[in-house]
Amino acid sequence: MQKTYKITNEDGIHARPATALVNTASKFKSEVFAEANNRKVTMKSILGVLSFGLEPGDLVTFIAEGEDASEVLEALDEIFAKESLGIAHA
Amino acid sequence: MLNIKGIAAAAGYAIAKALVLESTELSVEKRTVQDGDMEITRFREALARSIADVEKLKQRTLEQLGAEKAEIFEAHLLVLHDPELLGPIEDKIQKEGINAEYALHEVSAGFISMFENMKSPYLRERASDMKDVAKRILSHLLNAKVLDLAAIHEEIILVAEDLTPSETAQFNRNYVKGFATNVGGKTSHSAIMARSLEIPAVVGTKEVLEQVKDGDLLILDGMKGTVLLNPDDATVAEYRLKQEQYEAQRAEWAKLRHVPTVTKDGKHVELAANIGTPADVANVLLNGGEAVGLFRTEFLYMGRDSMPSEKEQFTAYKAVLERMEGKPVVVRTLDIGGDKELPYFELPKEMNPFLGFRAIRLCLERQDIFRTQLRALLRASVYGNLRIMFPMIATLGEFRQAKTILFEEKAKLEAEDIPVSGEIQLGIMVEIPSTAVLSDLFAKEVDFFSIGTNDLIQYTMASDRMNERVSYLYQPYNPSILRLVKMVIDAAHAEGKWVGMCGEMAGDATAIPLLLGLGLDEFSMSASSILPARSQMSKLSAEETRMLAAKALGCGTAEEVVTLVQRMDI
Repeated sequence: MQKTYKITNEDGIHARPATALVNTASKFKSEVFAEANNRKVTMKSILGVLSFGLEPGDLVTFIAEGEDASEVLEALDEIFAKESLGIAHA
Repeated sequence: MLNIKGIAAAAGYAIAKALVLESTELSVEKRTVQDGDMEITRFREALARSIADVEKLKQRTLEQLGAEKAEIFEAHLLVLHDPELLGPIEDKIQKEGINAEYALHEVSAGFISMFENMKSPYLRERASDMKDVAKRILSHLLNAKVLDLAAIHEEIILVAEDLTPSETAQFNRNYVKGFATNVGGKTSHSAIMARSLEIPAVVGTKEVLEQVKDGDLLILDGMKGTVLLNPDDATVAEYRLKQEQYEAQRAEWAKLRHVPTVTKDGKHVELAANIGTPADVANVLLNGGEAVGLFRTEFLYMGRDSMPSEKEQFTAYKAVLERMEGKPVVVRTLDIGGDKELPYFELPKEMNPFLGFRAIRLCLERQDIFRTQLRALLRASVYGNLRIMFPMIATLGEFRQAKTILFEEKAKLEAEDIPVSGEIQLGIMVEIPSTAVLSDLFAKEVDFFSIGTNDLIQYTMASDRMNERVSYLYQPYNPSILRLVKMVIDAAHAEGKWVGMCGEMAGDATAIPLLLGLGLDEFSMSASSILPARSQMSKLSAEETRMLAAKALGCGTAEEVVTLVQRMDI
């Protein structure tokens, strides 16, 4: 399963929300990845997430593989909304 | 006495002996190792000790400075567990047969240069976090002693190349009176930390570390951004006095943070802040702002390649309304055109951009842009106390047209069963003289006025304030401006409406007694001006300022007005 977002936050994804995303993704059984600019990193890696250097307008896709995949994506979605990071992109 | 100049990063004064923090560059030698597994075990032990350190720092920061400041260590812990860092290091040790120190150095250097090359200034700063974490693991690998800043027990000013988050977190502010560094800027981690610790700091001096020796007497001037090395007695005495006055003033401001703004004879006015992004709200609340008097929405449209969607705007407006917790938020609709351009929205060049196609004029023609913004605002309205304000209104017709469009969008949303607040106040910026002159008629139709002095002054005086040869005509205290302001306030009050001001003049110490005397209801300024303004107002009498304003209206020149205010002795 996967879901794509367009970054709208003027700071991109900075350390605090990145911490929240990585901590959350690590709580689930699924393997979770993030993909942006044709690069894919594990969501266990905060350096990986920050390495994208995401800016407003950039797209990022979260990919979850495993039994609780939809729960992971939902949890990540909540962080996106709470931190006003970006919006779902069709 | 040597005067070392830098960047004023945190306000205040400190006078104390220097403690120089030599940047002990831990040297890393490349060695080959025979037993890779043993080397990896050694690395993991150093890692475990580093994790224990950071856990302790996080706990300590949590207790002393709160959850927000402790978040940085949460991120450091994730880095210490990061597979993208640890995997490559252990691979290198195993496959290349090199020592842990060198493998760590190589891999972390890759991440440091990655951050240093990022476009966002914020992410560039993260290089210092990576250095911080790498240095910690390295010092454990080398069994090097790390200077224990928590053990400082005499009053000092720290002098260093730079200070890492883990260093600043250990400061005991009873002893660390301030710091000066060679590198950094206003948004460096160390600068932010100094402001939250409320100790003065001067950063980016380039040379303080080279000039200062342990035990030298220093004066740190966090206002001007200077470090005075070995000052004479007279200078020390002068700064002791400044320090006392500043401390007294700060204590007074702190007391005013959570109290309403009231004059000494009991008149209440509202002190609000001007903001540009949702992130600015934190600073408004920290400085005791009672409202947001001007939320400039242009930031939403800038630094991108297409117009922001309704949903994006909704998210930003909702964030501001929620964070203000029911306090009023005045949002100004889009004010672009003229000198403010958007890369994806081309407008023909104009001879007189300030008199041209901009703000409401543009929005009424490009209604697609305007309606999207209004819908986003209306949808966000249920999350707080929203007030909508149209910029650059010159005629009643423009206001009526904008209002009609707003009501059309409101009706559409209601037809879609999307909730909209029924209490949204609707106002206009008064920045064009025609509107000020006709304010009695506007006042019957709007809920409030906000006087935009920057433009009102330049339009009234017919003087471009960016043009140095005529900038002397930019005269906030000119009696003509004061009379226009009075006209607007009286017109609003006659209809039971309120008047705010959101130009630079609203936070100006000379203008405040005049505006108070003219009956202004809301003053909106930069967040950092709020507490000084509240302090000033608490010492003023509304009655006395009314007499002052009446006299000022009879003055012939701006200079006469200024003299009048100065003579009031406040």
